[in-house]
Amino acid sequence: MVGVFFGTFLFIQFQAGWYAVLVATVLGAVIAGAYVERLCFWAIKKGAAVASMVSSFAVWMQLEEAVTIAFPDRTYEFPALGDFELIELGELSVRQEHLIMLGIAALLVFALHQLLFRTRFGLAVRAVSEDPDAALFMGVNTGRVIFLAFILASAIGGVAGYFIMATEEVITPKFGLQATFKGLIAMMLGGMGSVPGAIAGGLLLGVVEKQAEWYAGAVWRDIAAFLLLFVFLIFRPGGLLAQGVAARDLAALRRV
Amino acid sequence: MDDHVITVLNNIGGFSFIALSAYLLLLSGEISFGQQAFYGIGAYASGMMTAMFGMSFWLALPLAMIVSGLAAAAVGGLTLRLRGLYFAIATLAFAETIRLILVATTWQIEVDGEPVGPNGSEGLGKIRWGFDNEYEPVDFLWMIYGTLGIVLLLFFLMERSRLGSIVRTIGADRLLAETQGISVTRYKILVAGLAGALAAIGGAFYAHIQTTVYPENFDVMLGVHSLAYGLIGGLGTAVGPILGVLLDVGFLEAVEWVQGYRMIVFGGLVAVLLIFMPRGILDERRVHRLRTTLRGRRAEVHGAAGN
Repeated sequence: MVGVFFGTFLFIQFQAGWYAVLVATVLGAVIAGAYVERLCFWAIKKGAAVASMVSSFAVWMQLEEAVTIAFPDRTYEFPALGDFELIELGELSVRQEHLIMLGIAALLVFALHQLLFRTRFGLAVRAVSEDPDAALFMGVNTGRVIFLAFILASAIGGVAGYFIMATEEVITPKFGLQATFKGLIAMMLGGMGSVPGAIAGGLLLGVVEKQAEWYAGAVWRDIAAFLLLFVFLIFRPGGLLAQGVAARDLAALRRV
Repeated sequence: MDDHVITVLNNIGGFSFIALSAYLLLLSGEISFGQQAFYGIGAYASGMMTAMFGMSFWLALPLAMIVSGLAAAAVGGLTLRLRGLYFAIATLAFAETIRLILVATTWQIEVDGEPVGPNGSEGLGKIRWGFDNEYEPVDFLWMIYGTLGIVLLLFFLMERSRLGSIVRTIGADRLLAETQGISVTRYKILVAGLAGALAAIGGAFYAHIQTTVYPENFDVMLGVHSLAYGLIGGLGTAVGPILGVLLDVGFLEAVEWVQGYRMIVFGGLVAVLLIFMPRGILDERRVHRLRTTLRGRRAEVHGAAGN
């Protein structure tokens, strides 16, 4: 979110080209991500997950307020990717920007998958997420890996923010909250820590939202999204594609 | 007292209830980002009872607590097997669902020739019980702090009782609690229900002081704040969350130059405090030390009197 506003700032101030705005957006997001990681996760002692979560929420409120103060108007123009015509595909018409977005998303997913499963760094990330202590014993610099993962996540968030904004063409300070929720829902639906799961979750969320909006109106779109998440967490907390968390916990309990 | 001071004090009192509600769940080891839902349910339920059906506030308050407590117990039962991040997100999803359903709901009946009732994002207005019965903000002040006093007393009693130690045991180590023969399921649902009822008190007072409540009053920010109050104030004693509220609403409200930058200051304060004190200012160790010092002094006094 900070990244998007950073990009907007650049656009307003210098009428920068789209690539410069993209770079600025990602850069802003990365800086914000590093700030959050250092303050809320790295500095707080291990084992205080509660404190980390609340602290990151608090810092996020801080960032949102800062953005609101820096951008006091309700909406700002955001540079579009360019002028494109609608493409007709039989009965459907598609905006070219959306196709470009889809393509870039697919590319990012592929790159992320390669990174996580084909490189040493990816191995380290997965090891840390599985068991930080064990990873530490194996000689993984956990602090550095977590920090880099944060940077990476922020950069992806920055790219996503850029493309969302470039198709919407206006931004409001409040959009970060909604984007965070949507991302969270998609991730939880698909299953945490699973790339294909996140995609499946995103698709499912999109379909359900659009259906609810069509049948019952815009408010029900969001209700459906949150309700879906709530129901999923109750009946299938592990998400679509992941192993049941509850089942795993139960198995662990039995072993004890 | 001038009006501004009374308003601030009323706010502190009202937020204390939801902060205590989040605190109770934190004791049992759960982070809930959804206590604002029960605050909202309390506000709407009590407001509807007094404004639409002409009930007395003193009847509506316990009824709203029951409604909210039952809802909270139901959510607690459903989310029983979720832990940590999953529980936090499930409660967040529930709270947002409730808030958005309030936005989508319109149900009005005619009272004295005027439509009264929840009206989507326009909120629930005309909660005039306080006005009709000539209650001034000062009267609400006494009501809030009287109730808060009772709640705090109950908290202190609970902390000394078996229930208190059971809740803390579950919070510290669920498995250990289970091996001690404690029915974790039952206590979790009980604690969730109590926390819901507690949040409803704050909501009911809020509705009757404001006379109009909007769904947006009960957004995630309120939930995050209530958690933050407990965490910065301290998890060692029920005074902790109230200290947290005092720090935010009292201190930051009072200091002029913070205005407009309040979230930045508060967010930074929370982040920095949690680095040094992950369980708050009044955490268990400090509370214990404080207690032993106090007790030590008292013993000395007694000793001196004996001689």
